Amino acid sequence: MGDNPSSRSENTTASDLGVTGRHTRGAGTGVSPSSHDDPPIGGGGALPKKARFGMEAGFKGLSVAAGAMVLVIIVAIAIFLISKAVPAIRADNENFLTFNQWFPNETEPRFGIAVLAFGTVLTSIIALLVAVPIALGIALFLSHYAPKRLATPLGFVIDLLAAVPSVVFGLWGRDVFMEPVREFSGWLNKYFSWIPIFGGDGPFGRSVLLGSLVLAIMVLPIVTSLSREVFRQTPGMNEEAALALGSTKWEMIRTAVLPYGKPGVIAAVMLGLGRALGETIALAMTLGIVFNISFNIIENGGNSIAANIANAFGEANETGRGALIASGLVLFAITLVVNMAARAIIYRRREFRDSAA
Amino acid sequence: MSLLDREASGVVMTPDNIRTKRLPLAVNLGIAVAGLAIAAAVVYGFGIGNYVLVVVLGVVFYLIGLQIVAGRIEGPRTARDRMWKTLIYAACLLAVLPLASVVWTLVSKGVQRLDGNFFGSSMNNIGARDPEGGAYHAIIGTLEQVGVATLIAVPLGVLGAIYLVEYGRGRFANTVRFFVDVMTGIPSIVAGLFILSFWVLIVSPWFNNGTPRFSGFAASLALTVLMLPTIVRSTEEMLRLVPGPLREGAYALGVPQWKTILQVVLPTALPGIVTGVMLAVARAAGETAPVLLVAGGAASINFNPFEGGQSSLALYVYQQAGDASRYAPARAWTAALTLVAIVLILTIAAKLLARRNSLSK
Repeated sequence: MGDNPSSRSENTTASDLGVTGRHTRGAGTGVSPSSHDDPPIGGGGALPKKARFGMEAGFKGLSVAAGAMVLVIIVAIAIFLISKAVPAIRADNENFLTFNQWFPNETEPRFGIAVLAFGTVLTSIIALLVAVPIALGIALFLSHYAPKRLATPLGFVIDLLAAVPSVVFGLWGRDVFMEPVREFSGWLNKYFSWIPIFGGDGPFGRSVLLGSLVLAIMVLPIVTSLSREVFRQTPGMNEEAALALGSTKWEMIRTAVLPYGKPGVIAAVMLGLGRALGETIALAMTLGIVFNISFNIIENGGNSIAANIANAFGEANETGRGALIASGLVLFAITLVVNMAARAIIYRRREFRDSAA
Repeated sequence: MSLLDREASGVVMTPDNIRTKRLPLAVNLGIAVAGLAIAAAVVYGFGIGNYVLVVVLGVVFYLIGLQIVAGRIEGPRTARDRMWKTLIYAACLLAVLPLASVVWTLVSKGVQRLDGNFFGSSMNNIGARDPEGGAYHAIIGTLEQVGVATLIAVPLGVLGAIYLVEYGRGRFANTVRFFVDVMTGIPSIVAGLFILSFWVLIVSPWFNNGTPRFSGFAASLALTVLMLPTIVRSTEEMLRLVPGPLREGAYALGVPQWKTILQVVLPTALPGIVTGVMLAVARAAGETAPVLLVAGGAASINFNPFEGGQSSLALYVYQQAGDASRYAPARAWTAALTLVAIVLILTIAAKLLARRNSLSK
C-alpha cells in the first residue's frame, strides 16, 4: 500500500513523455521553425501534427470537467441551501440560533435550531462513547487476535453490517430493541435516579438512549474497518521489537500498535461522528421528537436536525421548507467541518490514505 | 523480578523450572463459573435485576477473579494481558448480537407477507382495514431511481477518477481528491435538501408551468450526489493498480493517451470498477431520506420517473412503519426484508467479484 504513490509517479512521467504530442509541434511539417523557441525535434519526420481540438484534448477536457464536478457540487450545495434558507431566516421572528421551539408554518413563523443542534450533538456523542471502545476492540481482534480463518468472515460480517440500510435499523430499533431498552431504562431509573441523566419518572423507551444505541450500531462498522486497516499497517519490525523485549501481547499492542495507529483512529472516530451527525431515518423512528433541551437520556424525548427534517417535511409550507433547509445548512456546515478535519488527519499520514475508504 | 529472585533460591535450573508458570485452563473456567455463580447469587438474592445483569456482573467478577488468581500465578503483567484479551473477545461477541437480532427479526417478521400479492400490487386504494397491498410500485421506483442515478454517476465518476489518476497534477487535483473524500461524508438528508432546493423548487417549475414537481428523477439526482464520491474513490484505487508497463507499452506503440486509457487501462481495471459501482448502488438503494424529500412518495404504480411522484422500497418501509393500520407492520418488515436482500446480494456479489479480481491481489 505504502509504495503506491511512488509507482504512480513513475507512470505519470511515462505518460508525460508519451504521445501527448506536446513537443511534436512543428516536427514533420517540412517548414523551418518559425521561432527559436521550439526548434523541430529531429527524427520523426512522419509524426502527425498535433491537432488543436482532437480527441486527446477533448477527452482530457471531459475528465477534467468530471473531476471539477465534485467541487461544483459541493459549492452548489452551499449556494442553493443558502438561497432557500436566507428568506426563511429573514421571516423568523425569533433568533434562529438560540430559540428552542419550531413553529415555522404559522403566519408569524418562530423557530430556532438550539434544541435540534443540542439533540444532534448529544445523540452522536453518546453513540460514539458506546461504539468506539467496542469498535477498537473488534479492530484489534481482527488485526491481532483472531486466526485468519475467523478474521476474514468476521470482517466480512462487519462490512455487511455497514451495508444494512438505516431504515431497517430504525424499524428494528422501534419494533424490537425498544422493549429491552425500556426495561433497562426502568432499571437504571430505579437504582440510579440520583444521577440526573437517569432521573425523571417516565415514560421510558423512545428516548435519547434508544436512538444513541441504534446509532452506535450503525457507526460501529465505519470505525471498525478504518481502525482495522490502520492497526494492520503497524510496521512488523515495531511489533517484533516489542515482543523481543519481553512484552506480553497487550503490552506490544499498547506500545507499538496503538501509538502508531492513533492518528488513524482519531480520523476513524471523526468519520463515525460525521455519519452519526447526519443520520436521519433511524433517529426519526427511534427518538421521541420533543422540543426540549434536557440531559435526561432515558425519558421519552430527544430530537436531531436530520430527524426533524424527515418528520416535519410533510406538513411544511414554503417558510417551513425554508426553515428545514436552513437547519440542513447548519448540519451541512457541521459535517463538512468534521469530515474535513478527519480527512486532513488522514492526509497528513500518507500511508493511511489508500485504505481510508 | 521478585518472582525470579524467589524462584531462584535453591532451585536447580531445569527446563521445567525456567518456563514461566501458566494458568491452567481448568482454573480459568473455574473462575468463570464461580464469577457467574456469585453474580447470580447477588442479583437474585437482592432481587436487583434479571439474567442480563447476571451476565454483565458475571463478566466483571470473572475479570476481577482472573486478575487476582492469574496475578498470583503468572504475575501482574500476564494477568493484565489476559484481562484485555477477555475484553477484546467480549467486544466481538457484543457486536455480533445486534446483527443476529436484526437478521432474525427480518426473517421471522418478513416472511409474513412474502407472497405474490405483495410483489404484484401497489398501495393504491388500500385503506387502513385492507390486509392486502404490496410494494410493486416501490420496487419499480427503487429500480428506476437507482438505475438512472447509476447512468449519471458512473460515467461522471469514472471520468473523474481518470482525471485524478491519469491527468491530475498539482494543487487542483489534490483539492479535487480531498473534496471527493469529504463528499463521501455528506449526510444523505443534505443531498436531498440540495436537490429539493435546486431541482424541485428552482429548475422543475420551468418545465411544469411554474409549479414545483416532485419526481423519481429528482430522487435519482440526489442519489447521484451520494454515489459519485464512492465511485470516484473506488475507481481511482483500481486505476492506480493498473501496472505502469501496460501504459508504457501502449505509448511505445504510438497509441495516444486517451486511447490508451479507454482501451488498455479501463478494461484492465474493469472488474474492480464494477465492484465499486455495485457497492455504491447497494448504498444508494438503501437511502430513504433523499427519496422522502424529493420523490413525492406516490402509492400507485408509476413507471415514468420524470412525471408524477414515485416511491422506493426504503421510503415504503418508512411510510408503512409510520402507518397506523394493523396490517402495516407486516408490510414494512417484508419490504425491509426485500430491501436487505437486494442490498446484501449486491454487496456480497461485489465482494466475491473483488476477491476474484487479479489486480487487487
